[in-house]
Amino acid sequence: MATSTIDAGKRPKTGSILLKTVMAVSGLIFVGFILAHMYGNLMIFAGRETFNEYAHHLREFGSPMLPEKGFLWVMRITLIVALVAHAGSAFALWSRAGKARTTRYVQRKGQWATFVKRSMRWGGAALLIFVVFHILHFTTNTIQIGGDYDNPADRLLNSFGVWWAVLIYLFAVACLGMHLLHGIWSAGMTLGLNRSLDAAERLRLTAILVAVVVVVGFALPPLAIFLGLIP
Amino acid sequence: MKLTLKIWRQSGPEDKGGVVTYPIEGVSEDMSFLEMLDVLNEGLIAEGEEPVAFDSDCREGICGMCGVMINGEAHGPERTTTCQLHMRSFRDGDEIVIEPWRADAFPVIKDLCVDRSAFDRIIQAGGYISANTGSAPDAHATPVPKENADRAFMAAECIGCGACVAACPNASGMLFMGSKITHLGEFPQGQPERDARVVSMTAQHDHEGFGGCTNLGECSRACPKGIPLNVISQMNGDLLRAQRHRS
Ligand code: HEM
Ligand code: FES
Repeated sequence: MATSTIDAGKRPKTGSILLKTVMAVSGLIFVGFILAHMYGNLMIFAGRETFNEYAHHLREFGSPMLPEKGFLWVMRITLIVALVAHAGSAFALWSRAGKARTTRYVQRKGQWATFVKRSMRWGGAALLIFVVFHILHFTTNTIQIGGDYDNPADRLLNSFGVWWAVLIYLFAVACLGMHLLHGIWSAGMTLGLNRSLDAAERLRLTAILVAVVVVVGFALPPLAIFLGLIP
Repeated sequence: MKLTLKIWRQSGPEDKGGVVTYPIEGVSEDMSFLEMLDVLNEGLIAEGEEPVAFDSDCREGICGMCGVMINGEAHGPERTTTCQLHMRSFRDGDEIVIEPWRADAFPVIKDLCVDRSAFDRIIQAGGYISANTGSAPDAHATPVPKENADRAFMAAECIGCGACVAACPNASGMLFMGSKITHLGEFPQGQPERDARVVSMTAQHDHEGFGGCTNLGECSRACPKGIPLNVISQMNGDLLRAQRHRS
């Protein structure tokens, strides 16, 4: 076998495709979580009791094999690791891309791709901020919206009676939809699933389907609560 | 046709450079874009000015030398090379902005000429097969299924012009590299070095300072040969496979 005669020199430690693979795998872990989370939220339509029971079961899932909240913590740790990996790779690639073209074009034709790129990066950053807000709101109760409550269902109902809380959540869901539209396509590309024009079409359709399901599924509970459709 | 050209002038790699405006008249719409630049340069030379430096070689769309950014699009408004672009794609009175490819891995040498040897080094890193030279083997000695041969030819259409890098918002060279990897990966002769090739070429790509791919597809839309994005996915899959084989 021939060997290369050129000096490899100093190469970046982590190849950009490896970073993309980390993003794809962690992103798909999120997608799995997001779909389950969405399904859980939709239980509010089955009534307060069902929703409260679901919230309670989440804490006892897997018991007595797992300690109380054991399953919840496994999920939380997985998600935190995925989040750090995902956002870390995103920022590393973002900075490399910046260094790859330090002189800008004088004229650039308006590109859809540029918009998508920005929506992934800034929209991703917005999601990061939202995740922190969301945890402070519904997990730790540090941020209370719409007054006190006795159980998880009431907390949900109180919060989404407040118009700006509804707006914040709808904005985050819109960011998530955009992110998934490109993200799922991109993850498929990164994992080597697009080997033909037909495969590309299938991948695009999957991305659209998941994004639409997620946007509708997450937008329904806050909207329904705000419009007073849930007693 | 009467046109206003706004051309990037830069006397050398160290010069800061800037846009200079040149009015031009008497352009025929049957001229190619490069012939139009030739006319401009003849005028400049007659006036004792420095002609605009631009690259070209075959002028028939197969060598990949002639890439420039025209009105913010790689190779201009048609899906073809600059040498195959004709002035009928523009209208009388148009203003045309002409710039070199912009990527730190493609430093400007002069005016519109950039140094694309980063691509050569990526090829040197693994874009070849090792075979004994000597008398050519019989054409049917190694059968290749038609599907594979077709895909290999599709990928082999890449002329290395660099439009993919120029159009990419991340200045990534993945479409170029994916084409080479897909091309060789479809042939039996490409198999022995398949893992080593993808590992070495992708490492060289990053080393040259190209950005990462975000699968946006601007490269494929700008490619004068219309190479599809799936060659990038092929390369990504090959790299994963190579990592698995290694561990
Ligand atoms: C928490 C903050 C987040 C940030 C900062 C972030 C940022 C990014 C960025 C910059 C990309 C690369 C886009 C590209 O390749 O064009 C990306 C890809 C992706 N993201 Fe996120 N994201 C975040 C959260 C999420 C969430 C919550 C999900 C899932 C529900 C998700 C799923 C994905 C997927 C599937 C990809 C595709 C991976 C790939 O490009 O191969 N991300 N993200
Ligand atoms: S000069 Fe050869 S492709 Fe244009």
